[in-house]
Amino acid sequence: MPISALLALEDGSVFHGHAVGATGETVGEVVFNTAMTGYQEILTDPSYAKQLVTLTYPHIGNTGVNVEDAESDTVHAAGLIVRDVPRRPSNWRSTESLPDYLKRHGIVAIAGIDTRRLTRILRDKGALNGCIVAGEQIDAEAALAKARAFPGLNGMDLAKVVSVGESYSWNAGIYDLDRTAFNQPAKRFKVAAYDFGVKHNILRLLAEQGCDITVVPAQTPAADVLAMKPDGVFLSNGPGDPAACDYAIAATRELLDSKIPLFGICLGHQIMGLALGAKTLKMKFGHHGANHPVKDMDDGRVLITSQNHGFAVDPATLPANVRVTHASLFDGSLQGFALTDRPAFCFQGHPEASPGPHDIGYLFDRFAALMQEARTNG
Amino acid sequence: MAKRTDIKSILIIGAGPIVIGQACEFDYSGAQACKALKEEGYRVILVNSNPATIMTDPETADAVYIEPINWQTVERIIAKERPDAVLPTMGGQTGLNCALDLADNGVLEKYNVELIGASREAIRMAEDRELFRVAMKDIGLECPKAEVAKTFEQAVEIQVKVGFPTIIRPSFTLGGSGGGIAYNKEEFEEIAKRGLDLSPVHEILVEESVLGWKEFEMEVVRDKADNCIIVCSIENLDPMGVHTGDSITVAPAQTLTDKEYQRLRDASIAVLRKIGVDTGGSNVQFGINAEDGRVVVIEMNPRVSRSSALASKATGFPIAKIAAKLAVGYTLDELKNDITGGLTPASFEPTIDYVVTKIPRFAFEKFPAADARLTTQMKSVGEVMAMGRTFHESLQKALRGLEIGKTGLNPTGLDLTTDDGLAVLKRELREPRPDRVFHLADAFRAGLTLDEVYSLSRVDPWFLAAFEDIVLTEKEVEAQGIAALDALRMRELKRMGFSDARLAELLDTNEAALRHLRRTLGVRPVYKRVDSCAAEFATTTAYMYSTYEEECEANPTNRDKIVVLGGGPNRIGQGIEFDYCCVHAALALREDGFETIMVNCNPETVSTDYDTSDRLYFEPLTLEDVLEIIDLEKPKGVIVQYGGQTPLKLARALEAAGAPVIGTSPDSIDLAEDRERFQQMIEKIGLKQPPNRTARNADEALALAREIGYPLVVRPSYVLGGRAMEIVYSDADLTRYIREAVQVSNDSPVLLDRFLDHAVEVDVDIIADAEGNVLVGGIMEHIEEAGVHSGDSSCSLPPYSLTSEMQDELRRQVAMMARELKVIGLMNTQFAIQGDTVFILEVNPRASRTVPFVSKATGVPLAKIAARAMAGRTLKAQGTTKEVIPEYYSVKEAIFPFLKFQNVDPILGPEMRSTGEVMGVGRSFGAAFARGHEAASIKTPPKGKVFVSVRDADKARLLPVAREVLERGFSLVATEGTAKYLAENGVACERINKVAEGRPHIVDLIKNGEIVYIVNTTEGKAAIADSFSIRREALQQRVTYSTTVAGARALVHSLDFHGDGEVHSLQELHKELNA
Repeated sequence: MPISALLALEDGSVFHGHAVGATGETVGEVVFNTAMTGYQEILTDPSYAKQLVTLTYPHIGNTGVNVEDAESDTVHAAGLIVRDVPRRPSNWRSTESLPDYLKRHGIVAIAGIDTRRLTRILRDKGALNGCIVAGEQIDAEAALAKARAFPGLNGMDLAKVVSVGESYSWNAGIYDLDRTAFNQPAKRFKVAAYDFGVKHNILRLLAEQGCDITVVPAQTPAADVLAMKPDGVFLSNGPGDPAACDYAIAATRELLDSKIPLFGICLGHQIMGLALGAKTLKMKFGHHGANHPVKDMDDGRVLITSQNHGFAVDPATLPANVRVTHASLFDGSLQGFALTDRPAFCFQGHPEASPGPHDIGYLFDRFAALMQEARTNG
Repeated sequence: MAKRTDIKSILIIGAGPIVIGQACEFDYSGAQACKALKEEGYRVILVNSNPATIMTDPETADAVYIEPINWQTVERIIAKERPDAVLPTMGGQTGLNCALDLADNGVLEKYNVELIGASREAIRMAEDRELFRVAMKDIGLECPKAEVAKTFEQAVEIQVKVGFPTIIRPSFTLGGSGGGIAYNKEEFEEIAKRGLDLSPVHEILVEESVLGWKEFEMEVVRDKADNCIIVCSIENLDPMGVHTGDSITVAPAQTLTDKEYQRLRDASIAVLRKIGVDTGGSNVQFGINAEDGRVVVIEMNPRVSRSSALASKATGFPIAKIAAKLAVGYTLDELKNDITGGLTPASFEPTIDYVVTKIPRFAFEKFPAADARLTTQMKSVGEVMAMGRTFHESLQKALRGLEIGKTGLNPTGLDLTTDDGLAVLKRELREPRPDRVFHLADAFRAGLTLDEVYSLSRVDPWFLAAFEDIVLTEKEVEAQGIAALDALRMRELKRMGFSDARLAELLDTNEAALRHLRRTLGVRPVYKRVDSCAAEFATTTAYMYSTYEEECEANPTNRDKIVVLGGGPNRIGQGIEFDYCCVHAALALREDGFETIMVNCNPETVSTDYDTSDRLYFEPLTLEDVLEIIDLEKPKGVIVQYGGQTPLKLARALEAAGAPVIGTSPDSIDLAEDRERFQQMIEKIGLKQPPNRTARNADEALALAREIGYPLVVRPSYVLGGRAMEIVYSDADLTRYIREAVQVSNDSPVLLDRFLDHAVEVDVDIIADAEGNVLVGGIMEHIEEAGVHSGDSSCSLPPYSLTSEMQDELRRQVAMMARELKVIGLMNTQFAIQGDTVFILEVNPRASRTVPFVSKATGVPLAKIAARAMAGRTLKAQGTTKEVIPEYYSVKEAIFPFLKFQNVDPILGPEMRSTGEVMGVGRSFGAAFARGHEAASIKTPPKGKVFVSVRDADKARLLPVAREVLERGFSLVATEGTAKYLAENGVACERINKVAEGRPHIVDLIKNGEIVYIVNTTEGKAAIADSFSIRREALQQRVTYSTTVAGARALVHSLDFHGDGEVHSLQELHKELNA
C-alpha cells in the first residue's frame, strides 16, 4: 500500500495523495512550474529554497535522475507536488529513480493529486504558503496550521542561507551528450561569481566563454572581489526576497561604481536594480516555466526563455542611465536592462536554461564581449 | 512589420482526394489558412479537386475551383484569376509538388506570381534526399548512412555498403509509397525496383537501417524575423521501422531529459534555418539510439503535415492558421494566441498538462490479400486521438475510441499457454501488425518480463511499464471481484482510464450495471480545458477532455444547446464526408443561436477545430463517454445522423438513457436498417425491392438462396461501406462465403439479396422536415452498374441517361419512403433500375457520403438545411423548397489505395475500398467525366492497342463500345472468347493468349507497354482469380483500365473531351443556378 500524504494550503485547500519521497513534513511557498522537462534541474536549483514546487506536467520522473543534470550539489526545493511518478524510469543516462533520489535527500513529495486544480488556485490567488505531510499519521488540521504559520518569502533573505561558505574555483564547461563528458574550455578571463544560490549551468556557460571562475560567498565585500583583479563580476540567481540582501546590494553598488564588467541573472538582476535605486516587488504567482517569450528590444527578436522568479524589478523606478533591453511578451514585465554609462547588464530569466530553451544564451557572449572590450580599452 | 500590402490575392493549393498518407488533416489546415487570409482582407483563390472538404465550401474562399490539381489546370486558374502569390504549404505533398511543377514550367514567372510560405529551393532541399543529406552534414547533424540511386544497379552497390536490413525510400512519393525494408537480396530487388518505378523522378534512397531506434518528431514554426517556436514534441511508441503515420504516437515526448530535449529543439530549429523555411510550420523527425542517445535526422517536411494537425489538436495551438499569417508577413509576436482569448501572443511554446495518444486505424479487413506487417510505407487510413491526465488513461481512451470492438487492452485471443501461441506472440511483437498494441498487453499476460518484451518489440520500457500496470490491475480487478469496488477503488480504476465496458468484462457483468454502480458510488468524470499553457493563464475557449480528477472546468451554460456527435476515426466507408456534415450542422445551428457542442476524437478533422463549435469535447464516441457529456450539458437536442455509423450505433441506447435525439427517430433508423421491418414497410407502400431474405444459419442460407435465385448479393447485417459483401453465383460460392467471410448466427444474420445484373444504380439524397415536406437534393446516376459499391462508383449529377419520367418516379418513391419513415433531416436512397423497373436497394435515413458532392454541385447546403429541419425549422420556413438541377454536369470519381497494397485485386465490387473522391465539372457529361478522370490522375490512353476481355453476360454490351474504340483510331486485342464474339459481329480484333494459355500472353503485352487501355469484366471467384494478374499489372504499369462495361463506355466517350476546356469557380457555377 502506498504511504498517504496530503498538501494543505493557507487558504484552507487540502489535497490528498500519496508519498513519493521521504516521509515527514515540509512547509514553504507553493509555486507551479509549467516546464515539461527538467524536474531534476528544478529540484536542485537553489532558487527553489523554501518553495514547494508543483510541476504541471502530470508524469514526473520519467527519465529518472543522473549525475550530470544536477544544478547544485543537493536538492533545494523544499518539497515536490506532482500528479504521477511512473513506476519505471527510462533513459540511457538514468542512474536512480526519482522517488529513491527524493528519499535519499529527505525530500517530502506528494503525488496523485489534481495538480491542475492546485495550479488554478495559485493562478487565481497568487503564490500561497503550504505544507506537505507524508506518513502513516497525517492530520490535515495540523498541516493547515503549519502552512499558515509559515512566514512567507517576503522580506526573507535566503541567498546567504544557500550560498557557499568559502570561495572555490570552477572550470568545467557544459555537458556534451555525444562525448558524455563535460567540456574543458580554454581560459581567457578571470571572473568572480557571487553565489546567491548559483546554478551549475551558469558556471558551465561562463566557463564555455573562457572564464576562469572563482565562486565567492554571497556576503563577500566588493573590495575583496575587486582585489582579485577579475575581468568581470557575475551576480547569480538565488532564492528569497532581493530587497533583504542589503550586503549584496551594497557590494553591487560599489562594483557598479568601479565600472568593472558586470552581469546579473535573476536575483542578480534584481540586486543590480536595487543597487541602482530601483524598487522590487513581489509578483502574484511569479514566472516559472520554460516557454516564456521575451522580446529583445534591440532587434525585435522573440526569444523563448526559461523563467523562475517571484519578485521583479519595477521598471518605473529605474534611473535614467538604464536602458531596457528585454521585456516579457506574456505580461510586459521587465526582463533585462543595461546601463548606458557602464559595462553592466542583467537578465531576469534564465539564459543558462537548464531546464529550458537556449535561445537567450547569447547573453553569455555579450558578457565575454564586455570583458574583452574592457581589456582592450583598459 | 505587419502584413504585406503588396499582395492582394493568394492562391492556395489543396491536397486533392483523401488517399492513404494524405487525409482530411489537409482540409483542416487548408480551411484554417483560407479563413485566416480572408480575415486579413486578401482575396483567396482555392483549388482542390476534393468536393468533400470544408475548404471547398463557397464561403471558405473568394473563388473555389474544384478542378484537377496539376500544373496545367492550375496555370489556367492562374491565367484567369491572376493571383499575386501562391501558398503551397497547406496542401500536403500534392500542394508542394504542384508548386514545384508550376515553378519548373515557368508558370510562376510568366504570370509574375510569388511563392510564399516555402521557396522552390527550400522545397527541393527538403524533398530531395541527397540535397537534404548534404545540408544536414553542413550543420553538423547526422543522418542514417544512405545514398541515392537512379538505377537498380546503383542501388545494389549502395546496398552492399549499408548492409541488411536496408531501408528503401522513393523520392517525392506520399506517405513513403513504394518504400520498404528489405531483409534479403530478393526483397531488396523487389522493393528497389518498385520504388524506382513509383518515384516520379525515378529515384530511391538506399539507407542504413535504424530499426528499433526511438523516434521523435518536433513541430516547429518560424517567422520571417527568424523567431522559432516548438509547438509540440511527439514521441512514437512504435520505434523506427514503422512509418510515423502508422505508429502510435504520444505527446509530449516522454523519455527525454531536458538536455536531450533541448538538443532536439536546437537541431530542429537549425534544420529549418538551413532548409530555408522562412515562414510557416515544419515537422522534423529524429531517431535516437536508446543505448547511447545518438541522434540522427530522419526527414523534414517544409509544410504543415499530418503531425502538425495532430500537434494543433494536442496543444490548442492552430499551426496552419498561424503559418498562413506568417506567410503574409506577420511575425509571431504580432499574432495572438486565440485559445487564451488573446491574453498571450502566439510567440510562445505551448505547454500541456495532460498526455495525448494517437492510434492509427487500419483497413486491412478490406484488403485481405495485403501484407498487414507495418513498414516504412504508410498503410493506415485514419486515426484517433485521446487525452488523459496519465498515459494509461490516454491510451485506454484512445483504444476505445478506435471503434474496432475493443474496450481497452483486450486480450487478442491467442492461446498463451501453448508454445505455438507464444511463438506467434513473439513474432507479433517483433514484426508488428496493427494489433501489436494488444499483443504487448498479452505479452505481460503470458508472463514475459518487461525486459523480454522490450528486447522483442523495442517499445521503450517507459511505455511498456504502463501496459504492465494495466494488465496487473486487470488481474487484480478480476481476482477481487465486484464486491471490492468501493468509491476509492472505482476512482482509482477510472483514473487509469478503464472504460465501464472493460471493467464489466473483467467482472462478468454488463456495462449498464457497472455504470450504475459507478454512478451510485459517485465516481464521475470531470472535464479539463485544453489551454496551451497548463492553466497559467485563464482561457475562454471551451476545448475539453474528460478525466477523473477533483475539479471540473466545464462550466456548462444555460443556453439552448445542440450536441453533434462526430464520426470518430476515418475508415474506408466513413470519412471526411461525414465530418463535413457535422461541421455544417454546427455552423448552421450556431448561426441560429444555439450553443453547439461537438463530440469527436478524430484529430484530422475540421469538426475538432476548437472554433468550429461553441464547445468541443475531444472524447471517444462510446456510449459511456457520450452519456457523461449529455448528462453534464443537458442539451436540447443530440444529432446522431451526421457522423456515419459511429453515432448511429449509439442512437437507441442514448434515447433509452433519456437523451433528446433530434431528427429522424432511432426507431425509424432501425426500421430502415432492419431488413425484415424494412421489407414490410416497402410492401406496405407498394414499392419494390430485389427479392431478399435473412438467414440465421448456413442451411437456411442455402435454402433461401435457391428460393430467390442466383446471382445473389450476400452481406452481414448492420454494416457500412459494404464490409464483407460479395456477389455469389452458385451454392458452392455461397457455402464458401459463409465458411470464410462471415460468422452467421442468430445475433448476426447474413442478408441475401437478388443481384440485379446490368441494372443502372442511382443515389438520391433528400431532406424531409417535421411536416413531411421533401426537398430533393440531387439525383445521381452511377456510371458503374449495380453491384459496385456506391462509394466506389462514379456518378453524375444530373443523371446522364435517365428519362425525366424515370427521375420523377424516383422523386415520388423517395418522398413516399421519407414520409413513411417519418424522416426529419437527411435521407439517402439507392435505387437499381432494370429496364423500366425500379428497385429499392437501400434507404439510409442519415447523412450520406454524397451530401457534400451534391451541395457543391447544386449550391444547396443540404447538411445545414437538414440540421435546421431537425432543430424544428420547416423547409418552407427556411425558404428552401425547390430542387436545384444544374445545366452543367458534375461527376464524382472514386480514388483507390490499390497501389499501396501489393497482391490486392483492384477489381470493383460490392465491398467499398475507395478512400476518397474527386469531382469534375463540365458542360456535358463526357466533359465532366473527363475532368473527373483528370482529377483522379487517370491517364488518358494515347492511341494504341486496347485490350478487351469481358464475361459472357457483357459481350453484347461491349459491342458498341468496341466499335467506338475503333472509330477513335485505336485497335483492339482480345482473348479467345471475346475476340471470337467481336469477329462474329464484324469488329476487327487481334487475338492474344490468356495467361494460362502460354506465351506471349496479355500480361507480357502489358509489361512491354504495348497496351494503352484495358477493359476487363469478370464474374465468379475463379474467373476473377484468373484475370487478377492483368489488373494488377495494369495498375503497376499505370495502364488505364475499366472493370465494368459501363465504365468503359463513359471513358471512351470522354476521350472526345480531354485536354483543355475552361475552368469554373464554384461561385460562378452557383451564380448560373440562381440566374
